[in-house]
Amino acid sequence: MGNAKLWGLKKSPWVFHLAAAPCNNCDIEILDILTPRWDVERFGIVLVGSPRHADALLVTGVINRKSLPRVLRVYEQTPKPCLVIGVGSCACHPHIFEPSYNVVGPYDKYIPVDVYIPGCPPKPEAIILGVVKALKRL
Amino acid sequence: MNIVRFLFSYIIFPGFLFSAVIGLFVTWIDRKVTARIHWRVGPPWFQPYADFLKLLLKETIVPEGASKILFLSAPLLGIISMSVLAVMLFSMNFDPTRTFVGDLIVIIYLLALPALGIIVGGSASKNPLASVGVSREMTQYFAYELPFLIAMAIVVIKSGGSIKFGEIVAAQQAHGPFLYSISGIIAGVVILLSTQAKLSFVPFDIPEAEQEIMAGPYIEYSGVALAMYKLARAMMFFLLPLFLISVLWGGFADWWAILKFLVIVVLIVLIKNTNPRLRIDQALKFFWLGIGILSIIGLIFAFYGL
Ligand code: SF4
Repeated sequence: MGNAKLWGLKKSPWVFHLAAAPCNNCDIEILDILTPRWDVERFGIVLVGSPRHADALLVTGVINRKSLPRVLRVYEQTPKPCLVIGVGSCACHPHIFEPSYNVVGPYDKYIPVDVYIPGCPPKPEAIILGVVKALKRL
Repeated sequence: MNIVRFLFSYIIFPGFLFSAVIGLFVTWIDRKVTARIHWRVGPPWFQPYADFLKLLLKETIVPEGASKILFLSAPLLGIISMSVLAVMLFSMNFDPTRTFVGDLIVIIYLLALPALGIIVGGSASKNPLASVGVSREMTQYFAYELPFLIAMAIVVIKSGGSIKFGEIVAAQQAHGPFLYSISGIIAGVVILLSTQAKLSFVPFDIPEAEQEIMAGPYIEYSGVALAMYKLARAMMFFLLPLFLISVLWGGFADWWAILKFLVIVVLIVLIKNTNPRLRIDQALKFFWLGIGILSIIGLIFAFYGL
């Protein structure tokens, strides 16, 4: 039973794209990997429109006071088991935004993140590699 | 003995299990052909099965304030009606004498039930986007059902006024398919386009438009319930082309049927991949004015035996 579950999850991770105040560049790279050139449907990865259908959340951007409740809410709405993948340097650490009054710190403080993909923005190849690493960790 | 055969035909072959397995395979054909049109590689053959297995083993969430019984039982409506439809189609194609008066009408109702399941489930899920999707689904249902029924009338006229499904198949096996005449071609076009709308494929994926209302009626569904919807859709994708073959293209009791089936599936996928989505009012106009008038012309042709 556990094996079947793992196999299904590994072979068909549906991703929901959760943009928590990014600069939009990471989002464009995420859309890139869905285009025919990188074609992640080969691995069964499909972009879905509702967090209820998702197996993996791709979070981008520096989390702040406004987006934190939304991120938590979407995380709660996602059926478990689900992966959380932080895309971009912003998702890894607030960096220069750290002293800002509005920034509430890295994602790890609030939701369990399975893998971070650094880069500003990360290359599509790097994102695919990150997802593969996240799946291998299961 | 009889009850065992009865249960076997509904649950295993050609009912639930068989049409589910083949239906999921047909969705793979759809995804693969789509990928090749995009010049990509596309998913491996076991992809729909992996998706289905994963959804079965995931958590199923019932949203707060939703009607639990309706929310969870609505997806089953489509599966049950499609299993019954599979049994009727197969038994009457391979043995046209197993027919009864008015079974064509039963089949038309069975084809309408999945849409009803989507409407009930979407309304039960207490989500504003789902209700937008449901209202579109209802409008679209009224849009495509009218030309579909007129096309069924063409089929009935061509078979000499019979509303027995088995007799329609038998008449074609004796005198050649209805498709090879003017009114037959018109009925074929009309049924093909209504099939496209029944499956909610582009250009008629208005109820579940991912880009505007996320997944419409399915938005709150997760886990097993979503898997049931996906399965019902896959079974429809298998059975609707078979229905088209049996009413117009001479039934599917021989090996040519596989080729006919693939032609229709690829045609549906091509229409899906080369068209933009219509607005709901455009779809209504298209079906009532464009296709509706075409089907009435077909009816007139059929009346004069063309
Ligand atoms: S990591 Fe760079 S590209 Fe990505 S959201 Fe942050 S600033 Fe934009």
